[in-house]
Amino acid sequence: MKFRRLKAIAVKEILQVWRDPRSLMIALLLPFTQMFLFGYGVNLDLKHLPVCTFDREGSQLSQDLLKHFQATQYFNIAHNAKTYAEITAAIDDGQCGLAIVVPPDFSERINDTGTVPVQAILDATDDNTANIAFGYAAAVVEGYSNDVAVSWMDRQGKPLQQIQPMVVQSRVWFNEDLESRNFIIPGLVAMIMALVGAQLTSLTISREWERGTMELLVSTPVKPIELMLGKLMPYLVLGWLDAAFCLALAALWFGVPYRGTLFALFVTTSLFLIVVLSIGYLMSVLIRSQVGASQIALLVTMLPTTLLSGYIFPIDQMPKVIQGITYLIYSRYYVSIVKDLFLKGSSLVELSTPIIFLVIYASTVMLLAARAFRKRLD
Amino acid sequence: MFARIIPIVVKEFIELKRDKWARFRLIVPTLAQMLLFGYAATFEVYHVSTIVLDLDHSQESRELVSRFTFSGRFDVALARSQAEVTKAIDSSSAAVALVVHAGFAQLLRKGQEAPLQVVVDGTNSNTALIALGYVNTIAQGFAQDYASDLAERTLGVRGMKQVQVTLEQRPWFNPDLNGRWFFVPGLIGTLTLVIIVNLTAFAIVREREVGTLEQIMVSPIRPAEFILGKTVPFFVIGLGEVALIVAVAMLWFQVPFVGDPLVLLLGSALFLLSSLALGLLISTLCSTQQQAFSMNFFILNPFFILSGFSFPIASMPKVLQWFTYINPLRYYLVVIRGTFLKGVGLGVLWPELTAMAAIAAVLLTTSILRFHKSLE
Repeated sequence: MKFRRLKAIAVKEILQVWRDPRSLMIALLLPFTQMFLFGYGVNLDLKHLPVCTFDREGSQLSQDLLKHFQATQYFNIAHNAKTYAEITAAIDDGQCGLAIVVPPDFSERINDTGTVPVQAILDATDDNTANIAFGYAAAVVEGYSNDVAVSWMDRQGKPLQQIQPMVVQSRVWFNEDLESRNFIIPGLVAMIMALVGAQLTSLTISREWERGTMELLVSTPVKPIELMLGKLMPYLVLGWLDAAFCLALAALWFGVPYRGTLFALFVTTSLFLIVVLSIGYLMSVLIRSQVGASQIALLVTMLPTTLLSGYIFPIDQMPKVIQGITYLIYSRYYVSIVKDLFLKGSSLVELSTPIIFLVIYASTVMLLAARAFRKRLD
Repeated sequence: MFARIIPIVVKEFIELKRDKWARFRLIVPTLAQMLLFGYAATFEVYHVSTIVLDLDHSQESRELVSRFTFSGRFDVALARSQAEVTKAIDSSSAAVALVVHAGFAQLLRKGQEAPLQVVVDGTNSNTALIALGYVNTIAQGFAQDYASDLAERTLGVRGMKQVQVTLEQRPWFNPDLNGRWFFVPGLIGTLTLVIIVNLTAFAIVREREVGTLEQIMVSPIRPAEFILGKTVPFFVIGLGEVALIVAVAMLWFQVPFVGDPLVLLLGSALFLLSSLALGLLISTLCSTQQQAFSMNFFILNPFFILSGFSFPIASMPKVLQWFTYINPLRYYLVVIRGTFLKGVGLGVLWPELTAMAAIAAVLLTTSILRFHKSLE
């Protein structure tokens, strides 16, 4: 391997990228648009869910309960129904996601002791929103219930003891405010890197084939390994720039807390870039047309990365077979690394398992690409 | 006129039949995505890895822990020290930690507030939030039962001795909160959009690239007839795709279909028109297949994200919410979920259907006008 030949290939590749508007668009426009589109569009936080109420009693107490709902930022009372049919209609046409139904004997039953049920009708077509909304609603009702119990005991002249025999003292670590943005954006960086990296290099070899310059390259003394490294180098630099841009945007623009060291981020990001660039290169070697190569590269990066990397959907909730498959998805390792670096501030030692997997992945893909290239030449 | 359209339709079908790649693109990604979304995409929370530190070793604390074990939501492992708990959360081997301090039972028996300490790994805020909800439900159930037990033993009365307001859950349309029922029908919209836009855009750009478009234009066929002949086959393919996904959703994933199939058909037809028009529009903007490929990616991605397919529109910033109003997929998803799960008909879905018809009309006119121009 000669450094001079490596450099020549790298310089040639830089010139080609610079002159190819398509590559530049992928490298510059794609991270920018995707960061903002996903950064703002992908959000699981529940805020101001339109709520429909049906107060069948209309007493002081029942109105009090509904005021508790209005007071939280999670709900927004959009409609006060007078009949049950109104509720059905509001839920049917998606005007409200939750309906609270207060029974007609609400105050009577509160004054009498015992358990008073209030109904929460949920539009469960979106099961996740429904589930989270119910959790918040249950908390609102519990708070109200305690208020009522305290004043009831007060009136009975009983000593004010605690209402619940047991309290849950919960603390949330790493993402203290439970904002979905804080875990989606670091994963998003991983997804964009996977996409951009593989797209860029998927064009390199197929471009030579399509333009007929491959034969020329083969007739030069350059060796396959030199060709591969020379071609990947410029993209690694481009990848670093993209990564720096996306990560800076995540921390500074979107305000995701970064708690790790920059060195750990640099090492792991470089490793991941080597993996994705080699994958794109492999596609490029295997498929001779640029369109075909970039389509396949999109197919193998986009879908698995969005669904199977743990970027949004938690891997440990998937069926065992699919969990097994996720070990083959290289983004999985980087997604977990970036999230841990951002939110937990993990050290390189703590991240050693995913790092080892990435190293294995990188060497396997590079080996495959080198071998496939040799075969194609014969 | 028909005499000239039919040969184009036939030609298009023959081309599709010969193009192995096209068939691959039609069937494999569809089935792969259906399986992936059906099995992997879920926000449901079961089997939360949980670590429990019981420093009390009393009957009460064991009873509390067993409620978590038998709920089916938590996979409980026992820890021996606080350090072990911290390490488990730090290394992500547990997502939830429960700590019962010594003296827990004593406080309970005395009628004083006994604390249950809960630590949640909030990294995935969605899972954490749902898991916390389950923790609260179980803890509340335990507290209630304990209080009524205590009342019965000490005062000899049955039932709760104090007032309590509880919230009963009534999830309509999806009583088990099954995530599959949400994602799988939605795929009808996303998959047909991608497939139809791609097919249309590529079919025309290919003719342009190969140069056969000019040959067609010198034949007596008129542009409108050419567009019609080109799009009719894709419309048929689109309907076939919808039927395939509906069949897989109902037969394989057991998603119920409670509405009117005709309403879904109407919605699908309108949506397919918009998709065809979009593909046509993209084809007028591109001269090579490569350009069409990048263009598709940049245009379809926002459609996909800003549709409510997986992320609620209500949680987006206002500006992005406005954009969703010009997105036909947004309306189509409401129609799909309305017919599949809610069983609502034209009476409820007419605004969505009207909006889709309007979008289709605008897109079709623009694309046909532009297409005419691009030929000149």
